[in-house]
Amino acid sequence: MKVEATIGKNMQPLLRVENLVKRYAKRSLAGTPEEFLALDGVCLTVFPGTTLAVVGESGSGKSTLAACLACLESPTAGSIWFEGREIAKLEERASRQIRPQIQVIFQDPASSLNPRWRVMEVLAEPLILQRKFTREEIDRRISSLLERVGLSPDIVERSPTELSGGQRQRLAIARALALEPKLLILDEALSALDCSVQAQIANLLVELQGSLGMTYLFITHDLAMAAQLADEIAVMDRGRIVEQGRAQKILKQPEQETTRQLLAAVPRLTLAPPLLEQ
Amino acid sequence: MKAILEIQDLHVSYRSSGSGLCPALTGVSFGLMPGEIMGVLGESGSGKSTLAGSLVRLLPANARITRGAVQFEGTDLLRANADELRQIRSRRISLIFQEPSLALHPTMRVGEQVRQVLAAHDSLGKSALNEQTRQVFDQVFPEEADRISHSYPHQLSGGQRQRVLIAQAIACGPSVVIADEPTASLDPTTQMEILGVFRNLREKLGLAMIFITHNPALLCGFADRVLVLYAGKVAECGPAETVLASPRHPYTKALFHSIPTVFDRPENTRKTKLPAILGDSARSLPIRGCPFEPRCAGKMDICKEREPAAVNLSASHTVSCFKYES
Amino acid sequence: MRYLLRRLGHALLLLAGVSVLTFLFTALAPGTYFDEMRMNPQIAPETIAALRAQYGLDKPLPLRYVSWLSSLVHGEMGFSFAYNSPVAPLLLVRAGNTLLLTITSTLLAWAIALPLGTWSAERMGRVPDRLLSWGTAMLLVIPDLALALGLLVLAVRSGWFPTGGMASVGFETLSPFNKLRDVALHMILPVTALVLSTLPLLFRHVRAAIADILDAPFLLAALGHGIPKRTLLYRYALPAAANPLISLFGFSIGMLLSGSLLIEVVMSWPGLGPLLLEAILARDLYVVIGGILFSTFFLVGGNLFADLLLYWADPRIRTESNAQ
Repeated sequence: MKVEATIGKNMQPLLRVENLVKRYAKRSLAGTPEEFLALDGVCLTVFPGTTLAVVGESGSGKSTLAACLACLESPTAGSIWFEGREIAKLEERASRQIRPQIQVIFQDPASSLNPRWRVMEVLAEPLILQRKFTREEIDRRISSLLERVGLSPDIVERSPTELSGGQRQRLAIARALALEPKLLILDEALSALDCSVQAQIANLLVELQGSLGMTYLFITHDLAMAAQLADEIAVMDRGRIVEQGRAQKILKQPEQETTRQLLAAVPRLTLAPPLLEQ
Repeated sequence: MKAILEIQDLHVSYRSSGSGLCPALTGVSFGLMPGEIMGVLGESGSGKSTLAGSLVRLLPANARITRGAVQFEGTDLLRANADELRQIRSRRISLIFQEPSLALHPTMRVGEQVRQVLAAHDSLGKSALNEQTRQVFDQVFPEEADRISHSYPHQLSGGQRQRVLIAQAIACGPSVVIADEPTASLDPTTQMEILGVFRNLREKLGLAMIFITHNPALLCGFADRVLVLYAGKVAECGPAETVLASPRHPYTKALFHSIPTVFDRPENTRKTKLPAILGDSARSLPIRGCPFEPRCAGKMDICKEREPAAVNLSASHTVSCFKYES
Repeated sequence: MRYLLRRLGHALLLLAGVSVLTFLFTALAPGTYFDEMRMNPQIAPETIAALRAQYGLDKPLPLRYVSWLSSLVHGEMGFSFAYNSPVAPLLLVRAGNTLLLTITSTLLAWAIALPLGTWSAERMGRVPDRLLSWGTAMLLVIPDLALALGLLVLAVRSGWFPTGGMASVGFETLSPFNKLRDVALHMILPVTALVLSTLPLLFRHVRAAIADILDAPFLLAALGHGIPKRTLLYRYALPAAANPLISLFGFSIGMLLSGSLLIEVVMSWPGLGPLLLEAILARDLYVVIGGILFSTFFLVGGNLFADLLLYWADPRIRTESNAQ
């Protein structure tokens, strides 16, 4: 099954970021204030139903970008347009409306799920908070969510600590989907998983994009997975986007040195020709 | 040439409350030659960390080594007493833990942590210890060795912390280093750097290494031999070029297929589904027969009844699969 | 440095606030020192009025506070009606007696709790640990009063220990060595009572902190490097477990002047406790304020000390507070 998103020229971007700046203030031991510039004027565009991969080294500012876009941190300067609406500097009530539409999946499934809750409670929480569903409706939605992410229904009684890494990420995805978001930000969501499990979750993501029309912002340092999943790739270095374009082009004809270095560092598994054809 | 470390028929289980003994490793045997890098490929639940821990007898309290022997320099490590073990650890065999941020003491300077390892094995004077610590740091940190040595772990980056762990491991000049997922939490460029550090040390010090990872691509061009672990058993073991380029065991083949590639990519395969292995290793372990059978694409009737024995495909390549039993 | 100054500033503000509140509450409490006198028909009302004027009790409250504050700056803390003497020397002597008791018992309690808690944490879940936990739980449940009274009964029945007070009759006639011996004998019971009442909590905290650390991956990693057990415990485990224990230690210091009140009263130890109790009952205003301020000073000082110790001991806190 192939999902090829057509980026028509008339389509409105789902997310547009303009000159996003994030500064952290630090104080050195001597008492002089130091500033750490995590984001230095980031600009990017994501169209609905597509996947934009943001790749870069650790320290390039990828996670800060994710935090700002998910409204978990407020940027120092710049603007974020979501569905044509400026969301960077919204006050509390308005941002509460926007937040359910942008969900984040983090790298470490263990620390983003409450170990004392059962799966049932983890999934019910976002639904209960919305205050518009009855108990039966919630149960029904939980079943359909579990089915959608490929988890068996008898998992509801287990605690997240009893699940494997892949199962936990599926649970995190299910919880994010409960709010029917338009944009899913995946902050290194696959990096902590085993190789074979990464493939499974990647397939799940492709399937969900096809059936639900989800838009993904896929933040990773794994260029190979980005190559597999992304329509467009943006390369980040020291708080800036140094190159952005269609995935094919970036991988085959990189223009910037940073991109070339990233490509050079990808570990290759060279399979013998007979195996490739199978 | 004789193997420097010989693992013979290792069986390790965990005692869990209520469900008796859970096997973690079953019948694992292999040999490590001096100066050789053996890559152990295993995913979660394969028993790789148990393997690493068993070699230096550093297992959780509920682990039971039920059978087997680990021969090292004339001693069976599984039967050594606490004193002998303490002498061997780090001085003859080193273990590099996963998660450098957790494996370092949070409030002790990293230079001191390396010095402690030296002090535990050599009764040298203070200045001699400091000198040796500096030498070890110079080997692992080509620049800024001094500044880093005075830093605390939380002031260092992931890659730097990993190098500190490596420094601790080589400080006393061991002949074998076991690295358990040393590049797991690092980004690709740092991963390459760390692999470079290991290669360097292998050349300069003639170390033999057991490099445990779940990412086969890391072993390309790095490991000499590759051992594939699945559900606590050895699925395949052979020279790196052979195993990585043309794997024989169905699990190894399926695993390599499910990994996306950047280069040599056939056209129009973007955003298609990867040929992932279905099912979950931890949950689908059959009671008898081949452990990979439930997820195997080429399973046969015999796979459900008996466990496959190791078949010699060549002098140095073994595979445990009924397909190759003739 | 900034951190230190900030904390000192906070501490001073706190002390000032406490002094205002204490002044207010004591002055607002019904009755004054002279009420008893008023009930005595032999004393003329004019005498009482004159006494009141002499002590400034007829002036409005804020004025009294300000004059007290200004005398504080000169090192005087007011005048005691009951003892008919300045408050400061009175408080200092009594505080000294209390500190003698509490410093000894605090040091002793920590000296027992640290090794015992560590030993117990290493054997967590096994019989010796369970016995100790159970025993300390029992001690925790028994009220200090019962402990103190129980020890007194023991003293009376056995005759081994003096039953109260700090010195025997004829103390002045003893040689210096015998003086020390006498005080030490008198100290045994109250110190035992104090140790028994503070030990259980300390023990449990030490045990919990050490048990937490013993599970840490870095200890396992150090074991894997062949670090000997003793070094592991003292150089690796204890420093890592220090944070909660340092805070607790600060709390112990904070309680140095206030924690022993009950035991001092029951065992007639001439410390700050009985003085404060008498003064409150007699409405001896300036003694009450002085005593409370002293205790607060120790409490605040103890916490500040703990924070500084924490800052020095944990490099992560150093970099974090510098990052703010």
